[in-house]
Amino acid sequence: MSDIVNGMLGAFRLIFSLDADLFEIILLSLQVTISAVIIASFIGMPMGAWLAVNRFKFRRLTIAILNALMGLPPVVVGLIVYIFLSRSGPLGVLNLLFTPTAMIIAQVIIITPLIASISHQAIRDLWADYHDLLISLNATKSQRIFTLIKDSRRSLLTASLAGFGRAIGEVGAIMIVGGNIDHLTRVLTTAIALETGKGEFAFALALGFILIALAIIVNLAIHSISKTERASTW
Amino acid sequence: MVEQILPLSVQGVSVKKRGKTIISELDLELSKDGLTIIMGPNGAGKTTLLRLLHGLEQPRTGKLDWNTNLKTARLNQAFVFQTPIMLRRSALENIIYPLTLKGASKSEAMREAEKWINIINLEQSAHLNAKLLSGGEKQKLALARALATKPQLLLLDEPTSNLDGRATKEIEALLNQTRKSGTRIVMTTHDIGQAKRLADEVIFLYHGKIHEKQEAISFFKKPSTKEATAFLKGDIVE
Repeated sequence: MSDIVNGMLGAFRLIFSLDADLFEIILLSLQVTISAVIIASFIGMPMGAWLAVNRFKFRRLTIAILNALMGLPPVVVGLIVYIFLSRSGPLGVLNLLFTPTAMIIAQVIIITPLIASISHQAIRDLWADYHDLLISLNATKSQRIFTLIKDSRRSLLTASLAGFGRAIGEVGAIMIVGGNIDHLTRVLTTAIALETGKGEFAFALALGFILIALAIIVNLAIHSISKTERASTW
Repeated sequence: MVEQILPLSVQGVSVKKRGKTIISELDLELSKDGLTIIMGPNGAGKTTLLRLLHGLEQPRTGKLDWNTNLKTARLNQAFVFQTPIMLRRSALENIIYPLTLKGASKSEAMREAEKWINIINLEQSAHLNAKLLSGGEKQKLALARALATKPQLLLLDEPTSNLDGRATKEIEALLNQTRKSGTRIVMTTHDIGQAKRLADEVIFLYHGKIHEKQEAISFFKKPSTKEATAFLKGDIVE
């Protein structure tokens, strides 16, 4: 119990001491995660919408695989990305291993299925509602997809936030492809893992509380900007 | 100059759904003018016939022969559903949407939408989410959204079935104005009183076939089949 209290106090101390190293780690965490969420949203949302409005032979199988990929083990993703980006790998010439870009690539792979799957479910429900109307109004396929994405933007925001939640707390993959290098690829989660390994539980907990606070602040900020959860939008 | 999509000739059309024949070998000629009401007992195929005319159902057999090509025909008709489908947008944006799909500029679409919002007296709710409107307001909005696109043919599926007297009166007034402006109207209704108030022509559907098609005055005066007679008397027709 004292560890937890010490951790909370440590978190406050760290924040108010304006520790430059800490802010560097926080900024890199946000930079990697937000980049991954933006890229994954641009891939996952149209993919979810496309799956919702199209009928094709292996649609069910595709959806089942997509849903299964939501539980992709990050360590396995990290390992595969590592193999691809390592010097002897097919993308080794790009020299991306142990860089924030490699961490973003791994996170995009992990959260794209999650965002696509949640988007698909949200858009499928809206498509059931809009189907006759959009056909009646002679909307083309791309106009339908655009309309469905626009009108389910609040549900899609939830999809992105779910992706953000998974990415900001992810450690396995980014540890493998980022290497947890100080001042280069160290983020909050890998720093927590490192401090725990060193037995610095209070410091690790302090970082953990900062991580949780960060996730809450980003969620609140996005809800506030997008004006969700207001009576007039119910 | 937009091509005239009517008259329409429907020849030997059948529609089957889940193994059941809904429309059976149906022939129909739809002239350029007037307001036609499709009546008949539940399950007669009224909604399916309307959806078929609009392209929301595909015929198993037979064909629909428009006065023009299918694309022009589809672009110049509008449909109002029994349960209005509202976009998750404001009332105003619900009218703007089909106009922009048709290629209108934002300012043109806005001007036209504001005009229709005024016509249906929804100025106070123009910026309110359309899902929050009452049933009558939603149906008026759905009708305005359809009319804003200036259709040559307007199809309505029981547009007042869930509305109170006041809302029904407003919708009927709008339909009368629409007919006067030259838009061809085809609608279904269960309400015999409404059919008497509005119809120029009545189609009586029974078991997926047209049992009667005649001028409203003569239909209500002297229906020629026993099923239509029983229906008008208020008997249960199966």
